[in-house]
Amino acid sequence: MNQVALPFKQIEANDLERMTKKQKRIKTFKGFSFLAPSVLLFSLFLFYPLGRTIYLSLFLTNSSGITTVFVGLENYQNIFLSPIFLKSLQSTFLFVLYTVPGAILVSLFLAIIANEKLKGIGFFRTMYASTMGISTAAASVFWLFLFHPTIGWLNQLLNVIGVAPIGWLTDPEWALISVAISTVWMNIGFTFLVLLGGLQSIDYYLYESADIDGAGYFYKLRRITLPMLSPTLFFVITVTFINAFQTFGQIDMLTRGGPQNETHLMVYSIYQEAFMNYQFGTASAQAIILFVFILVLTIIQFKLGERKVHYQ
Amino acid sequence: MHPVELIAVSKSYDRTTKVLEHIDLTIEEGEFFVLVGPSGSGKSTLLRMIAGLESITGGELRLKGNMVNHLPPKDRHLSMVFQNYALYPHLTVKQNILFGLHAKKVKKAEQEQRLYETAEMMGLTDLLNRKPKQLSGGQRQRVALARSVVSQAPLCLMDEPLSNLDAKLRAHMRVEIRRLQKKLGLTMIYVTHDQVEAMTMGDRIMVLNDGTIQQIGQPIELYNQPANLFVASFIGSPKMNLGEATIEDQQLTIEQTLQLPLSMSDIPQVIQRRNLIVGIRPEHLAYAKPEEADLWLEVINIEHLGNETLLTFEVGRELWTAKWLGQWLIQVGERVPLSVSIKHFSFFNRDSGALIQAPTENQHLEVVAL
Repeated sequence: MNQVALPFKQIEANDLERMTKKQKRIKTFKGFSFLAPSVLLFSLFLFYPLGRTIYLSLFLTNSSGITTVFVGLENYQNIFLSPIFLKSLQSTFLFVLYTVPGAILVSLFLAIIANEKLKGIGFFRTMYASTMGISTAAASVFWLFLFHPTIGWLNQLLNVIGVAPIGWLTDPEWALISVAISTVWMNIGFTFLVLLGGLQSIDYYLYESADIDGAGYFYKLRRITLPMLSPTLFFVITVTFINAFQTFGQIDMLTRGGPQNETHLMVYSIYQEAFMNYQFGTASAQAIILFVFILVLTIIQFKLGERKVHYQ
Repeated sequence: MHPVELIAVSKSYDRTTKVLEHIDLTIEEGEFFVLVGPSGSGKSTLLRMIAGLESITGGELRLKGNMVNHLPPKDRHLSMVFQNYALYPHLTVKQNILFGLHAKKVKKAEQEQRLYETAEMMGLTDLLNRKPKQLSGGQRQRVALARSVVSQAPLCLMDEPLSNLDAKLRAHMRVEIRRLQKKLGLTMIYVTHDQVEAMTMGDRIMVLNDGTIQQIGQPIELYNQPANLFVASFIGSPKMNLGEATIEDQQLTIEQTLQLPLSMSDIPQVIQRRNLIVGIRPEHLAYAKPEEADLWLEVINIEHLGNETLLTFEVGRELWTAKWLGQWLIQVGERVPLSVSIKHFSFFNRDSGALIQAPTENQHLEVVAL
């Protein structure tokens, strides 16, 4: 009996192995089929264009974007020698410096006051978040009116308090600041909403416990609210930071890079190079440089910032 | 001067429905006072009103004889332990314990001193540099207690502090909290929905239901003389066996199925004959020798707890439970002989639920006064 039974068992064992292997293959296939849509979309709209941009940045092109002469890294060399690009780089960094802390501080303040339990607070929350629903173009037109040198409300206000009018968008001293102010205003909606969400997810027991312990308002703000909000703050800072580097719409609407290239930010510079001057090679090289800048700065931010963030 | 006094305190959120109604309560110095009731009874709200986390709609709250209705929590000189402990997740155990002292700007040296003493007492010395998420449930609980101890407030409020622990740890922490309270001489107000916790820990218990006081008294008093049907069924596990009853011709008829002889001298306070509800504790449905049995009932379920056995019977529409000491090998479906004494029955008015007569013979075998 034993001798007869053995081969049967052998076959069963082999079968079992084959079946588990087959199931593994099916599992892998299933996994990839779920991954396929995003791989496809990313390849089509992200990886291919990125590769194409790198490729283009090594060539000179004709006006329809067809490569003509291979120049290697010459595009990059020329860019860093160009005073216009260096000026654009400087403006971009200044712009980031104005808008990121500006937007974060203002919306943090708004989120903290809108987090109080008061009657009708929903109205204020809606108001503060509303800029999120306004397109850059519409907001720019609105600010264009505010900034208007003669009929704009800002100058009229200055007139009332007896200060000389300012050429908000025409004065090289002011143009970048004006664009930054309007950008902060446009960003507040999103950052406010995210920060308010972060504040609301803080357990109210912590505040009650602190109340009983005798902690004051600012002590609670410093010891509970800010540390507990730090993951949200970090997220918002990173996103606003990247967004600031990529600003284009309001520049195009408000100043078109002027006056004296004061607001000639990098993305606007890329746009001009590519679609005004038809220098697709140079534009691509600038785009790659911007990409590397954002990448490196974000990595640095993660390295420095994550240490101070308290994840739950 | 009483540490806590509530005079006709009430609470309402929308001015029409009252969450708490006319609460009169005096708590003694060094007392372990338990507020117990089902969820939604208003016990946590009452505690939070004493803490100052909820406003008081009506009445007066006095701490140490002073009216404090208007005072913010920090000026009431009390500490509180929350159900979910409310530990700061981003701070270490040490920082968590010192949070309050730091906020009150207590001197550094004194902070260290108090921290050291408290950590020693709570067995947290080795855990001071950990974050809350690195602690087990029991350790977190101890940190929460330590925070309350370190404040040296004479009045301590606890809001269901043990409900997040497993059964074994809960039993252990019950003893630990009780010991701590006695050792430090704290006045404690302790909220729970668990009647076992209330019975085992409290010097006095207040049973709350639907925002009104049902009864205030010592645990044994509540068990032996429940003021009404709610307390009778809420306190005690398994709960008191209840059934509708009528009295006719020297006979007590329960749920129209059980009949017991009775003499009027047993129940001097029961005047009414109808609309009664009677109750008897499971331990008073005792086993009787077959020839001495007062009644026979069919067992429909049996639970072996090891040291005691719970038997369930069907009496009219009610399920009654008997608790017998020891291990009884009885099968479901068997009819068992029981002895019951009229003297062990509580009588309630069915309409008002109020107690008419408590058992005349109360556990005289079990209650031993030392």
